[in-house]
Amino acid sequence: MIIAVASGKGGTGKTTVATALAQTLARADLSVSCLDCDVEGPNAHIFIRPVLNDHKNVDLLIPEVNADLCTACGECAKVCEFHAIVVLGGQTLVFPELCHGCGSCAMVCPEKAITEVPRTLGILEGGLSPDGINFGHGLLNVGEPMAVPVITQLKSWRDYMDADVVIVDSPPGASCPVVESVRGADFVLLVTEPTPFGLHDLRQAYELTQELDIPAGLIINRDGIGDAGVDAYCQEVGLPILMRIPLEREIGQGIAQGKSLLEIHPEYQHAFRALHTQIIVHPPPTSPRHQGEALPSVGGGIEGGE
Amino acid sequence: MKQLVILSGKGGTGKTSVAAAFAHLLSLDDAPLRTVLADADVDASNLELVLSPKISTREALRGGLFAKIDWDTCIDCGICEQVCRFDAIGNVSRPQFYRLAARRVAESDTPTAPIPELPIVDPIACDGCAACVYQCPVDAITMHDQVVGEWFRSESRYGPLFHASLRPAQENSGKLVTLVKQQARLLALDEDYDLVLVDGPPGIGCPVISAVSGADMALIVAEPTAAGVHDMHRVLETTAHFGVQSLVCINKADIYPKGAVEIETSCHKQGVQVVGRIPFDTTVTEAMVQGQSVTRYDPDAPASRALLEVWGRVTPLLQNSGSGDSHFDPNST
Repeated sequence: MIIAVASGKGGTGKTTVATALAQTLARADLSVSCLDCDVEGPNAHIFIRPVLNDHKNVDLLIPEVNADLCTACGECAKVCEFHAIVVLGGQTLVFPELCHGCGSCAMVCPEKAITEVPRTLGILEGGLSPDGINFGHGLLNVGEPMAVPVITQLKSWRDYMDADVVIVDSPPGASCPVVESVRGADFVLLVTEPTPFGLHDLRQAYELTQELDIPAGLIINRDGIGDAGVDAYCQEVGLPILMRIPLEREIGQGIAQGKSLLEIHPEYQHAFRALHTQIIVHPPPTSPRHQGEALPSVGGGIEGGE
Repeated sequence: MKQLVILSGKGGTGKTSVAAAFAHLLSLDDAPLRTVLADADVDASNLELVLSPKISTREALRGGLFAKIDWDTCIDCGICEQVCRFDAIGNVSRPQFYRLAARRVAESDTPTAPIPELPIVDPIACDGCAACVYQCPVDAITMHDQVVGEWFRSESRYGPLFHASLRPAQENSGKLVTLVKQQARLLALDEDYDLVLVDGPPGIGCPVISAVSGADMALIVAEPTAAGVHDMHRVLETTAHFGVQSLVCINKADIYPKGAVEIETSCHKQGVQVVGRIPFDTTVTEAMVQGQSVTRYDPDAPASRALLEVWGRVTPLLQNSGSGDSHFDPNST
């Protein structure tokens, strides 16, 4: 089963939740993979502490033009939707940062003057954590715009997908990198804080899960700060609230120092086991608006119990 | 005219709260700079929530090209599926494509017809490259565009605001950022404004590169946490890569004072100036709930006082900052 953790707004506690869930399930003797798909700012390794001894470059195939064969006919430029290859003054030029690596130019070149060569966008790092989590993350190179190929290649690397449970930690937002992270997941665990900003961005993220047809549930983090807008929204659209983690200075300080939630409060593993069971046994419907009622909440965080 | 972009690397460090406070301080009578505001976090455009804008111009952005296969023409040769590098084309033997095909039949003129065993495009996975269009031997594939988002010009409490909203699950967030910034810049040039204040997105990728493009200075809102420090370094490398001068302010500085010292030491080593510490203060959230910037909601709150100091240090540095007409935006073409 693949569970993606996503949020819309940044800094709501995605990584806190993803790592706590992965650690809980690993301690329950399940085989667990944890993939940090926030390749622009990956942080899950801080809490999972894997030995990152496996490395792989993320390459994208981009065109290289053989000037001896090229007749500057412009067919390649005509088919490129991204203006990554153009003909200027009788010369064919490639703009590597604009290229999506679709290969269309090489396919249409009548002179077979285009070969595809790898260009490195970032790297993947993987390894096992002390509690046996098969961990991986991607690092987008500085100055590179395209995060999606790094995420795609991370998700098909090593034997991650063979695990009993795969936890995917998504980047913030609601556009292509989030879609690529969440794609293929069986369930999306949304995390938000109960504030107007949190609510605004939760809407975006929840609509994304509906667009992708994936069932979702919500964890409210820093419960007690802000207002009741998020609760009202969940009721309105039928998004089940699966857990609440209170605003607590002790948690904030512990996370700041790089401690995982389970190190700060080991009793949370009961709530996370109950959460996992609930996701497996009673998955909420894909579109609660049309298909049924919301699930009851697991309860106030640590009281969840087994 | 100067352009200041607020960034963070990690999300949720307080970019928008800082931007809103600056917008408020800039609107005060004795403020030296007339300002145009731009919210460049189009995935999570929150600045409007504290500026009570009235929308005066609203325009849709079309884009997000995707391929569509005409089943009447398709001969099921399989070439499109082979050439697609984005796993966006498949047939009913795979569940994700079966669901798409079933929906397409249900929405057609013959909703009870059997679902054909022909390839179909997943528009969300489709990159819009059109490689399949050119390789299809019977011309059965065409490209279609859609509305990917909207951008707005608003009159806000603190001056003109350009912002946008991206439809969930859409691409082109970088293009929308570029558009919002271009519009803000054009107005600033036309009407002789002194500053474009850009509230940036998290991360270091495509939308951030678009947000940084053309900036004279970046203010990085860092958080003294293990994750915040890690991401601050990534964003500092990014601004350095594009030759944009950076300043750092530390938000929620008292949550982990040791982390704040670590940020100051490491910035000092890299020659990056730290322009202040803002304490963790629940007044910031109270102000957000009231739809206001913290400096207006409670000017005496610890966070408001700190923000006033930070702004006092940023202003002279910004006025003396470099030309910064750098053109590296991948979305400006």
